[in-house]
Amino acid sequence: MPEPKKMHIEIDKKSCKRCGICQGLCPQQVYTLAKDGSPEVTNPERCTNCHLCDLRCPDFAITLEVLA
Amino acid sequence: MALSYKDYLEPSQLPHMWCPGCGDGIILRAYTEALAELELAPKDVVTVTGIGCWGKADDYVSTQAFHGTHGRALAFATGIKTANPDLTVVTLMGDGDAVTIGGNHFIHAARRNINLTAIVTNNYNYGMTGGQYSATTPLKSKTTTSPNGVAEPGFDVCFLAEAAGANFVARTTVYHAVALKNLIKEAILHPGFSLVEVISPCPTYFGRFNVHPSPVNMMNWLKDKAVPVQKYREMSAEEQYEHFAVGKIVVKERPDFYTTYQRINGGQVAAEEGDGNGR
Repeated sequence: MPEPKKMHIEIDKKSCKRCGICQGLCPQQVYTLAKDGSPEVTNPERCTNCHLCDLRCPDFAITLEVLA
Repeated sequence: MALSYKDYLEPSQLPHMWCPGCGDGIILRAYTEALAELELAPKDVVTVTGIGCWGKADDYVSTQAFHGTHGRALAFATGIKTANPDLTVVTLMGDGDAVTIGGNHFIHAARRNINLTAIVTNNYNYGMTGGQYSATTPLKSKTTTSPNGVAEPGFDVCFLAEAAGANFVARTTVYHAVALKNLIKEAILHPGFSLVEVISPCPTYFGRFNVHPSPVNMMNWLKDKAVPVQKYREMSAEEQYEHFAVGKIVVKERPDFYTTYQRINGGQVAAEEGDGNGR
């Protein structure tokens, strides 16, 4: 398996409506939900850049960036 | 510079009005991603919508836009495409817009084979007006206007388009976000009437009464219900009732309306050419 890329995951809290799809469907458990239901990036090192979270985010709130 | 999906969104209008976990935002993302990958200039694309939750989508895009009346998006789109065939015309309609109130426009746009793309968001109910049942609500589903379950079977939007003569017919769900983007791209490139039906969750109404209102549960419900076309065709009637087919259902090359019209009016059509439908 290729070495996973280092990722920066940005969540725009102003757009996020706390639906929980990113946390519930991430294949790598990158996110956890805070008490108020808003997602937090707790395991960014597990991200494989599959883009399923930002493509499935209904609110355009997630931006993935590959760090060099 | 490569275009991004953000080039097709209108930032001043965001965040949008859709409920948490609504599939509309996921489809809008896939649509704008598809436009960016096709490198279509926003001024050359016309987004035509009708009324409904998904009908608000034209407010959020930076392409040319036309917001029509309920069910008539395809009628306006037909005029736009026929008057200016160089434009890429995409109609965004919900199940209420496309096959309930606008059912007649839908079958005739497919029959005429107008060279445009219809992205039909099917959330099985009228979300904007309070969760009433529509023509796609499955039999026995509970909605606000059918608390004991609907007594009518729902339309299969894809088979309706296929029977009416559409050139490209595909179905997917918002769970399959990558496939969704690729199908929209293919539909835009395919000549003639192209339909992409997207099964989408409405956690606020349909989900609350029939599945589970959690957006994640609704996404997993879509995953469980969706089966590839080939597998679906081999299923028994009872199994088919519980599932729907996803993937490309029809891909054919019938000449589109504009091409046929030009040919006939240019006097180049020979009688033996038939209607292009194999008849």
